[in-house]
Amino acid sequence: MSLNLLLKVWRQNGPNDEGRFETYSPNDIDEDMSFLEMLDVVNEDLIAQNKEPIAFDHDCREGICGSCGVVINGVPHGPKKMTTTCQLHMRNFKSGDTITVEPWRSTSFPVIKDLVVDRSAFDAIIQAGGHIAAPTGAARDGNEILIPKPVADQAFEAAACIGCGACVAACPNGAGQLFTAAKLAHLNLLPQGQPERWSRTVAMVDTMEEYFGSCTNYAECEAACPKGISIDFIAKMNRDYLKAKFRDRRSTTKIDTSEAG
Amino acid sequence: MTLNSNIPEGPLEEKWTSHKFNTKLVAPQNRRKFEVIIVGTGLAGGSAAATLGEMGYNVKVFCFQDSPRRAHSIAAQGGINAAKNYKNDGDSVHRLFYDTIKGGDYRAREANVHRLAEISVQIIDQCVSQGVPFAREYGGLLDNRSFGGAQVSRTFYARGQTGQQLLLGAYQALERQIDAGSVKMYARHEMLDLVTENGRAVGIITQDLVSGQIERHSAHAVVLATGGYGNVFFLSTNAMGCNVTATWRAYKKGAYFANPCYTQIHPTCIPVSGDYQSKLTLMSESLRNDGRIWVPKDKNDKRAPDQIPEADRDYYLERIYPSFANLVPRDVASRAAKRMVDDGYGVGSLKNGVYLDFKTAIDRLGRNVIEQRYGNLFDMYANIAGEDPYTQPMRIYPAVHYTMGGLWVDYNLMSNLPGLFVLGEANFSDHGANRLGASALMQGLADGYFVLPTTIAGELANHLNQPAPSTDSAAFVEAEAGVREQINRLLTTRGTRSVDSFHKELGHLCWDYCGMARNKAGLETAIKEIDTLRQEFWSDVRVLGNGESLNQSLEKAGRVADFLELGQLMCQDALHREESCGGHFREEHQTPDGEAQRDDENFAYAAAWEYNGAGKAATLHKEELVFENVHLAQRSYK
Repeated sequence: MSLNLLLKVWRQNGPNDEGRFETYSPNDIDEDMSFLEMLDVVNEDLIAQNKEPIAFDHDCREGICGSCGVVINGVPHGPKKMTTTCQLHMRNFKSGDTITVEPWRSTSFPVIKDLVVDRSAFDAIIQAGGHIAAPTGAARDGNEILIPKPVADQAFEAAACIGCGACVAACPNGAGQLFTAAKLAHLNLLPQGQPERWSRTVAMVDTMEEYFGSCTNYAECEAACPKGISIDFIAKMNRDYLKAKFRDRRSTTKIDTSEAG
Repeated sequence: MTLNSNIPEGPLEEKWTSHKFNTKLVAPQNRRKFEVIIVGTGLAGGSAAATLGEMGYNVKVFCFQDSPRRAHSIAAQGGINAAKNYKNDGDSVHRLFYDTIKGGDYRAREANVHRLAEISVQIIDQCVSQGVPFAREYGGLLDNRSFGGAQVSRTFYARGQTGQQLLLGAYQALERQIDAGSVKMYARHEMLDLVTENGRAVGIITQDLVSGQIERHSAHAVVLATGGYGNVFFLSTNAMGCNVTATWRAYKKGAYFANPCYTQIHPTCIPVSGDYQSKLTLMSESLRNDGRIWVPKDKNDKRAPDQIPEADRDYYLERIYPSFANLVPRDVASRAAKRMVDDGYGVGSLKNGVYLDFKTAIDRLGRNVIEQRYGNLFDMYANIAGEDPYTQPMRIYPAVHYTMGGLWVDYNLMSNLPGLFVLGEANFSDHGANRLGASALMQGLADGYFVLPTTIAGELANHLNQPAPSTDSAAFVEAEAGVREQINRLLTTRGTRSVDSFHKELGHLCWDYCGMARNKAGLETAIKEIDTLRQEFWSDVRVLGNGESLNQSLEKAGRVADFLELGQLMCQDALHREESCGGHFREEHQTPDGEAQRDDENFAYAAAWEYNGAGKAATLHKEELVFENVHLAQRSYK
């Protein structure tokens, strides 16, 4: 089966360019192609016409590196649930379809060119606290830390986040909660993550709020997440944040009282 | 120049321990006086950067992706080996060493491989302490699975996403150092040349891929951890951006390139479906634990797989290799699949695959267990192939996956150019002519967390209180000019053919003549045709746009230009190696039953090639491999 399509693709020369949609009509698109392979075909055609190809981020093309991601007909990563753009195949479309392709739309992710955006705000959140201090060489035997299977499994599910940014792109507020909460859940669930649990939570949440909008529970992030990360992790993050703040206050109060006394 | 591998004296088991003691140290208060450049942020580069930063060195790290977390280590699925012997099934450091040497078809250095096996146990501990969510048993202990080429269960895993979880561990440790200020990160930067002064590596030339700016960076040492060159075949399981540029440009500056013909074809990938195909997707080798590989006994059998009764199926791996069966090493499994397809037994509409069937395992263990073990892989398969592997066997075929060859390094992981270190898949490393499954992650992390941090001190200590080299020197000026000239040439050629069209054509040549099976006539043809293609590239390539903003065609063009040169060297190396070993199968050299036939008398060496300038033949240097602890034998998995 092959498809004839009408594509409306966002083209923008650089961060300061206004940008506009351009229309292309690729024909004979094989239904076994991935969405990005379809864009490859369009690009080859553009090059043949001496026109600059569409810039888009992509790398592993097997749904794990998190590089790719465009908004397809208004939906981050397109119509198929739990699927990255590179793993979306053209059999999910019909011949004659009009497909609109845009970059992630969020002030936290400025457009670099065409469909390529700058997601370095995510790295900033990880820098702030998305890690466990474990200098090389200081580790004890891996089996000395017993981790019940359900805990390991849940930590894994949170850790499956690929950092693509679809959650932010899907959110009407441009919130970064799902990404931040997933990393916090991964580390805060594990015994190794306990010593820094409260400081990590505060540091990551505060950094997140510098860059991203607020969460008002639309849950669009969960629907758009190609890895099916649950918004339950956001509730967990909020609980941990609150607890961390209370602990902060308690320790401050204690010092104040002792000084007064 | 003779190659000195600098293997420490003493018994095999004591070499690394005594070497650590004998290597010079850099005291903590002196480390901040040293600048170190690391290119690449996969398992090797990321772990090295995090560790060196933590130790107090000033580290600059470069990656071409938008974030260090994207490096292709992230796509490794199956697991990581370690000689923990948690399963009490007879594993030991010596057994992991032995399996790796044998699996590599006796073409790796004993001392390096033994060190790798020793360090393997520390890696697991390190990763657990960082919070890597390895699979656990109900009692809370770490779980293991078995893998090809071994008869013990020593593979640690995190579902089918082990590479992702290990890389995120290293990435997080790296981000922690970036926050601490010990590491400076340059994402979306590509290394375009190595700068050398008096034969010593002193820095690199990079391009900021967003602004197009060309930059000079100097350091006391340069570390390349830039992965393998499998994309020379165009279609491979590598990410689209994986390239040989960093190591190739280092080669052109004098670093030796070793064993380029050792390329690994992974047996279990999804077969090609059309011309538009941009990459091939791997289905983890771990699937061979529970999946059974077969083809119909009758090559004209048109029935759906579930309609073919047991009696009409040929489980050829179980038949030919009864003791390892579906778990024979990758090269053996790949060639067996190729023979079946070449002989007309292929399955699927293009008859270009073999079945990998889970019915027996699902009947025995239940669908739940299989879903637990391989859920994400099954989903991925269903998504790509449009078929449900729970009810229908997968169709698989070998694809280019990993390259054992790379820049030559000594025991310290330093190349023949002082100050230039090479880690992970980028070096010619510890896997000989064939890498065993779950050993790439092990090597990347061993190099980055444990080997380099020790050995680099030995080199840096010689330069204490010397400032980092000036970036105004003639060497930097000249290197930058060369980079600018190449970019300019690519942008002004304005020919008729796209970069991808050249890359695809090169890929076809390499796959047809230097793929799973090679012969003299084919390799000679390939060398000639690649040369013609390379000339055509430089006169007819079309790269649009400019060099002052993000230009993905320009990025690709530079990489393909290097692949065109590497492709020739790979064929030349394959042509000179008149034997079959591991991933290098010369049709002229096989046993009567079609297995690889080594020639230990004449070829038990690593072939390190020296660049002599454009258009001139490279010079071959041999590092003889000495085997004192294993007995060289014809590999048998029967």
